[in-house]
Amino acid sequence: MNRCSILNEDGSIEEEYSELLPDEDLIKILKLIIYNRVFDNRMLLLQRQGRLGFYLTSTGEEAVTIGSAYPLSDEDPIFISYRELGALLWRGVPPAMILNQLIGNEHDAIKGRQMPVHYSFKDYAIPSVSSPVGTQLSHACGAAYAYQLQNKGLITMAFFGEGTASTGEFHSGLNFSGTLNAPVVFILRNNGYSISTPESKQSNCKDLSQRAQAYGIDGTQVDGNDLFAVIHSVNQAVDKARNGDGPSLIEMQTYRQGAHSSSDEPSKYRANTEEEAWKKVDCLVRLKRHAIWKGIWNEDESKAYEKEADDSITHLIHNSSAYLPPAVATIFDDVYEVIPNALLQQKEEYLLYLKNKEVRNG
Amino acid sequence: MAELEEMNMIQALNQAFHLYFEKNDQAIILGEDVGTFGGVFRVSQGLQEKYGESRVIDTPLNEGGIVGTAVGMALGGLRPVAEMQFSDFSFPAFDQIINEVGKYRYRSGGQYHLPMVIRMPFGGGIRGGHYHSQSPEAFYCHCPGLRIVVPSGPYEAKGLLLAALESEDPVIFLEPKRVYRSVKASVPIDYYTLPLQTSQIVQQGTDITLVSYGAMLQEAKQAARLAEQNGISVELIDLMSLLPCDYESIEHSVKKTGKLIVVHEAPRTCGFAAEIIAEIQERAFDYLEAPPVRLTGFDTPYPYTLEDHYPPSTDRIMMTIEKTFSY
Repeated sequence: MNRCSILNEDGSIEEEYSELLPDEDLIKILKLIIYNRVFDNRMLLLQRQGRLGFYLTSTGEEAVTIGSAYPLSDEDPIFISYRELGALLWRGVPPAMILNQLIGNEHDAIKGRQMPVHYSFKDYAIPSVSSPVGTQLSHACGAAYAYQLQNKGLITMAFFGEGTASTGEFHSGLNFSGTLNAPVVFILRNNGYSISTPESKQSNCKDLSQRAQAYGIDGTQVDGNDLFAVIHSVNQAVDKARNGDGPSLIEMQTYRQGAHSSSDEPSKYRANTEEEAWKKVDCLVRLKRHAIWKGIWNEDESKAYEKEADDSITHLIHNSSAYLPPAVATIFDDVYEVIPNALLQQKEEYLLYLKNKEVRNG
Repeated sequence: MAELEEMNMIQALNQAFHLYFEKNDQAIILGEDVGTFGGVFRVSQGLQEKYGESRVIDTPLNEGGIVGTAVGMALGGLRPVAEMQFSDFSFPAFDQIINEVGKYRYRSGGQYHLPMVIRMPFGGGIRGGHYHSQSPEAFYCHCPGLRIVVPSGPYEAKGLLLAALESEDPVIFLEPKRVYRSVKASVPIDYYTLPLQTSQIVQQGTDITLVSYGAMLQEAKQAARLAEQNGISVELIDLMSLLPCDYESIEHSVKKTGKLIVVHEAPRTCGFAAEIIAEIQERAFDYLEAPPVRLTGFDTPYPYTLEDHYPPSTDRIMMTIEKTFSY
């Protein structure tokens, strides 16, 4: 299968793609990629300082995350995995809300219930993330089917990595989507590694997009560091889903430039030369080259925007760090619609214990 | 007085589905063979003819996919019912049930919730060997966020199923397949619900509290009746809902009788009987006049040829009642 690629090495694109991305959106995305990177760096630093429990960067994969979310409507749910900060930023989730989740403070939308990056923002149609990978694929299928059945005009998108493509959940999600003709777009973010395990050990298959054929759905392989190729391919899949013509699988080939998580050390399993080679085809490098070729951006603007992003994130960190943790009593909320008696008893006993402890300790 | 009709549990469940689908456009059912065939036990019979293939869905053979897709349907505004053909086959969906279904409301900070029912025929007695006979309730009761509901007869089945379908919490609905067709009862033909989280006293008594649920209620009832003839007054409680559990009613009864026997078909170790007894000992230790007893299936897989020996029989329940009574 031919891999979809649009951006030329010199930053130019062919005339037929000139309408794909208006300049205004191009600059907006370019800035979001810069913002994404600055945010990642600052969060990693916070983690190193012991102020965040955990963090996962998405540096290098922003063309995939932002470019895939770009063709969606704001109401189309995006079932993210844990490396899709760009999709949240494009959707318009305020960075302060993202940071509040990472810290798990009293303003966290999910009340400090999950580890950092396990986001959920219902107002932005971002359902909840879980750590066991792949479960969101059949959720995206079911939700897409529900919208189609109710004629709501919405579709869904699911992100996952190439490691997840080895799970049974991948099979379940794609096979059910095929049989139900569910309007869902599956974005396989192939970044080369599942923690330390390289793609080559996940599967003997050299083109994961081919798996779509086995489910009777369309599959495409895309240069995931080429924003134009990402948008072009997702546009087609979104139109198809919106028209009732079923699901698609798009394999976005990219590279995880950072570690798997703040607990990982990539030098133990991959060569520096490999990392350097991928940096040369990095999505931001290529997008900037294109914008400069177009005459709508220059390196000074990059520097200035980086500084602007950094300053605004400093401000956010200052604000969000001042908030308190969620109230202890909230531990017992949201297990059921109404708290059952036995759980209410546990809650009351524990709150009484805390109160007495305070009295005991003066 | 509402009109009553004699029916078995399959008919009662089927009638509940027809009533629910009729009044709720969001109702949808999916599972293996639930559509054209009406389910291997015929619980969903006639639904596809009436409501079409898009709402009564024959799925691929994949329990994790069935539950996961149902989760998505609930997120998308429907009220799905996922059928596991046998509870023994629910384990491929264990991750979806434990990590997704049970935790979605909590982990999203209450932004999302899953009004969905996962139905599973469970328990032995149909010559099904150990892959068509297990009682998995203890696994699911260990997962906060789920409701575990077990009807014992046709009347309970219809009212509890309709309540489960109306619930905003996800419900694991365990159907005792041994009594699917073997027990008939008078069931109102109209729509009605029974409360979740409440037990019912099947027979009042003063000497011993006997607690059970599901198919074992049949043996427990017979034993309670025989005991009565022998001068032992048994108070029989049908739990109906295991999670959350109506401990208050058991506590109230045990404070009256001073003696407690819990009967279930599932293996003993870490079974639900242990949970009830632990809870009651904490609540009513001073009232106990004899050691509370677990009368359960053995800590073995469910046997095939010798399956009749596995679940507690009326005779064994009877003997346990007598022994505890004369302690």
